[in-house]
Amino acid sequence: MTATGLSPSENRDLRRVAGLMVPASTEYKVPGADDPKIVADIERSIGRDMGEIHNALAALAGIADLDDAAAMAKAEAFRSAGGPAVAAFERCVLQCYYRDDRVVISLGLEARPPFPKGHVLEQGDWSLLDPVRKRAKMWRDA
Amino acid sequence: MVDVLIVGSGAAGAAVAWSLAETKMRILCLEQGDWQNSSTYPSTGRDWEARRWADFDISPNRRARETDYPIDDSQSAMKIANFNGVGGGTVFYTAHWPRMHPSDFRVKTLDGVADDWPIDYWALEKFFEENDRMMGVSGLEGDPGVPPRHPPMPPLPLGKTGTLYGRTMNQLGWHWWPSDSTIATQDYEGRAKCINLGHCTPGCAQGAKASTDITYWPLALRAGVELRTRARVREIVTNEQGMASGVVYYDAQGEEHFQPAEVVIVACNGIGTPRLLLNSISSRHPNGLANSSGLVGKNLMLHPWPQVRGYVPERNDGDHAPMLSLWSKQFYETDPNRDFVRGYTMQFARGTGVVTEAVTSMSVGALPWGTDHHRIARELIHHRIQVGIACDDLPEETNRVTLHPDLKDSNGIPAAKVDYKIGENTRRMMEHGIARATEILEAAGAKGIYTSRTLLNSPGHMLGTCRMGNDPARSVVNAWGRSHDVKNLFIVDGSTWVTGGGLNPTSTIQAVALYMADQIKQRLATLFD
Ligand SMILES: Cc1cc2nc3c(=O)[nH]c(=O)nc-3n(C[C@H](O)[C@H](O)[C@H](O)COP(=O)(O)OP(=O)(O)OC[C@H]3O[C@@H](n4cnc5c(N)ncnc54)[C@H](O)[C@@H]3O)c2cc1C
Repeated sequence: MTATGLSPSENRDLRRVAGLMVPASTEYKVPGADDPKIVADIERSIGRDMGEIHNALAALAGIADLDDAAAMAKAEAFRSAGGPAVAAFERCVLQCYYRDDRVVISLGLEARPPFPKGHVLEQGDWSLLDPVRKRAKMWRDA
Repeated sequence: MVDVLIVGSGAAGAAVAWSLAETKMRILCLEQGDWQNSSTYPSTGRDWEARRWADFDISPNRRARETDYPIDDSQSAMKIANFNGVGGGTVFYTAHWPRMHPSDFRVKTLDGVADDWPIDYWALEKFFEENDRMMGVSGLEGDPGVPPRHPPMPPLPLGKTGTLYGRTMNQLGWHWWPSDSTIATQDYEGRAKCINLGHCTPGCAQGAKASTDITYWPLALRAGVELRTRARVREIVTNEQGMASGVVYYDAQGEEHFQPAEVVIVACNGIGTPRLLLNSISSRHPNGLANSSGLVGKNLMLHPWPQVRGYVPERNDGDHAPMLSLWSKQFYETDPNRDFVRGYTMQFARGTGVVTEAVTSMSVGALPWGTDHHRIARELIHHRIQVGIACDDLPEETNRVTLHPDLKDSNGIPAAKVDYKIGENTRRMMEHGIARATEILEAAGAKGIYTSRTLLNSPGHMLGTCRMGNDPARSVVNAWGRSHDVKNLFIVDGSTWVTGGGLNPTSTIQAVALYMADQIKQRLATLFD
């Protein structure tokens, strides 16, 4: 068992499946979810989902040792079965993948927490309300 | 001994504590949760979205903090969302701030269903206004869809997303208006103005969102009210005269205490309140306290809330602003040409954060695994528009809160069990709303339209389980919150509601709570008669 609560073989399987779910892309200049830094973040962040992640990895056991076609078929079978283990697995991978600096920046966003800088929200076109203002009262008095 | 003991420090408990403080009575509030520290709210860290599935999850069962109590909602079509701590649900709420309409208080007279309330909109009007000033509301006067009101701050900007919705609604000829919200758009009474940290749900690190821990509570404490946290009330105790004599509660160490009181006011919300009353059994009250009508826990209303979303070609505000921006009252009032009575508010939302988009889209098969993942992710992220349909919910006795036979909280107090089915009238209303929302999204140019009927939608509204009324056989409390059975026991939260309205309830919960507190103040000399 590693310090994060996964066994070494679970760790290898998780990494393989994460890479199948979100592969690296040269076109978008992003790492895959099997990037070592992202996998370390995923393992550290499983938290409340540990039970379901064990279930997911039990269903995926041995996938790290399969060739690409067999691994994809096994992953697809896992995914299409659905259920809480699939939901937890996808969430655990995506919540870490999409907070990685490289990924966030590739999406045109700033790699920072919302606070304290916040964001600017434009006023928008208030003249659009003019026709609504002219409407008759719509609520029923009682 | 205290004069007034309030259980629960959320929306209603805080408003009542503040209002009663001017009487100079000795007032104590017991709250099972903690004070919150806004510098640790999710938006201060890079894991801000992930924490919404962890210590800031809206479900008490998943959040499972020590201060939470479990709720079995496995037999409910809608899942329960809440927050337990100083401020209660207002720490987590989205700050959308509609008021009930006058017609919502007269559904039997106007529409022939359910029951009329024993109070009306106009009796509450001055309390709505007072509450808007106390919570600090932003909005725009002149909306033909709702009765006149006077928000003290200007509305949130429309942004790109609001502008798109406005243009689309004008094209369809349907009503829309910037929502009232309890988000400060200017510095207001010590609160800093909104800087668009994103969705306000998991607490506002800026302090721009009006949760009662930063609105009512500081003023109530300054006026002499005591608030004791980590105090979980197990039961209300009664004496031989049939009056409440106080409560038994557990402190943070699990030590049991008895707190005597002249008056007990319960403000634990539509689930916590019936749970407490049903747990307060004695030989005098074998079916739970204040339950001679048998209605404690019954008539639960949770507001079914379908969501319809789609993706437009242009990038929009995403989660770079408070989530809700506009409302539409086009379909709020009963229309005899429809196959249902009553109606719904449409809520127009901005998009979501990147993680939330990826997770929710993948879970419905809209975001694939594999090589196409990145291309499609870029078509979804910050391209979402979403319309929520806030359906009126009518009371049905079979929708109810009972005590769970086995499940208990960390103090060994029996947990609540929720049984809830969506009624036929509401189902029709939902389908009508889904069809209209789909028209809106299509007119806005959205593709990939997806409807979530109930599963993901837990608005955190818990109403009706200790309804008010003039007939003790048909209600739990009277028109000003006093229990029919126990003359010094009051209930002031949303459990007193007779019908649900088709909108977010907290503005009205607090207006009713202030009204009840005002009635108590006016009747002090004859309170128990
Ligand atoms: C995610 C989310 C979003 C929401 N968005 C909106 C919105 O946009 N607009 C809107 O109007 N409403 C919204 N709501 C609903 C709003 O939060 C509630 O309507 C409101 O908080 C209810 O007020 P209340 O006083 O009845 O109960 P609460 O605010 O729930 O307060 C009850 C308090 O009682 C305490 N308590 C319970 N049992 C005990 C006990 N035995 N002993 C001691 N203390 C106890 C709890 O810890 C809690 O703090 C939302 C809610 C959630 C969860």
